[in-house]
Amino acid sequence: MAINITSTPVRLTISLIGEIDHHNASVLRIESDEAIQKSLSPTVTLDFGEVTFMDSSGIGFVLGRYRIVESYGGSIEVINLSNRLYMMMKLAGLEKLMKLKMKG
Amino acid sequence: MKALNEMKLQIESRSVNEGFARATVAAFAAQLDPNIEDISDIKTAVSEAVTNSIVHGYPDSVGKIYIWAGIYENGLFKVKIKDRGLGIEDVKKALEPLFTTLGGERAGLGFAVMESFCDKIHVTSKIGKGTTVTLEKFLKGRNCGDD
Ligand SMILES: Nc1ncnc2c1ncn2[C@@H]1O[C@H](COP(=O)(O)OP(=O)(O)O)[C@@H](O)[C@H]1O
Ligand SMILES: [Mg+2]
Repeated sequence: MAINITSTPVRLTISLIGEIDHHNASVLRIESDEAIQKSLSPTVTLDFGEVTFMDSSGIGFVLGRYRIVESYGGSIEVINLSNRLYMMMKLAGLEKLMKLKMKG
Repeated sequence: MKALNEMKLQIESRSVNEGFARATVAAFAAQLDPNIEDISDIKTAVSEAVTNSIVHGYPDSVGKIYIWAGIYENGLFKVKIKDRGLGIEDVKKALEPLFTTLGGERAGLGFAVMESFCDKIHVTSKIGKGTTVTLEKFLKGRNCGDD
């Protein structure tokens, strides 16, 4: 599991690489939150394009970041979702809280 | 009904074993040569059940998790995940989407995910004795006997 963070003045992009489960989520959480707190970016993009596996811990991860970004008035979006990940996030009702974009 | 082939795996309830458990069960299922979607479904459901045993079954200790998988006629694949942990007070309630007793970043969707990715799930639990989750799925693929 790896994480890649890039930023512009208006956008923080957090790219996740590998498998997201309960074990890996804690590291992702710490690294993402550090970058989010530092930038307080108006838009935070979570890029799932390189995620090869995710269980409901991934949904918890997105929801947790959503709460933080929302608390300072920013917005969050999730991009490059495979059919499977998109389906799981819809099952969790995430599309009511943020923009979910599929791959391609 | 007797399994055509079966396997058993015992792991400690350490979160680092979540990836090992789902990969091992998927590797056993691979002899059916199922499609990638079905393999991902199995991996995801197993990951949910094993994580639950780790975080809910044994919240303050390291216990044993017993995993069994069996292959039956017509590509039926069964996985049993069992712990001797705290147990579930109200199974019906635990199965409801968004229900969680942990909060934090648990989404309360583990059972909902297992249900959506398997054909059938069965949960038995007793307070102080532990929990057993059985997952059943008909796999589609070259060696699944459905074509
Ligand atoms: N193996 C287990 N041992 C004890 N309690 C469990 C177990 N599995 C599930 N539970 C209970 O069922 C609830 C719902 O589980 P789940 O749908 O996976 O959501 P989450 O894990 O996000 O809380 C848990 O919060 C917990 O109370
Ligand atoms: Mg769970």
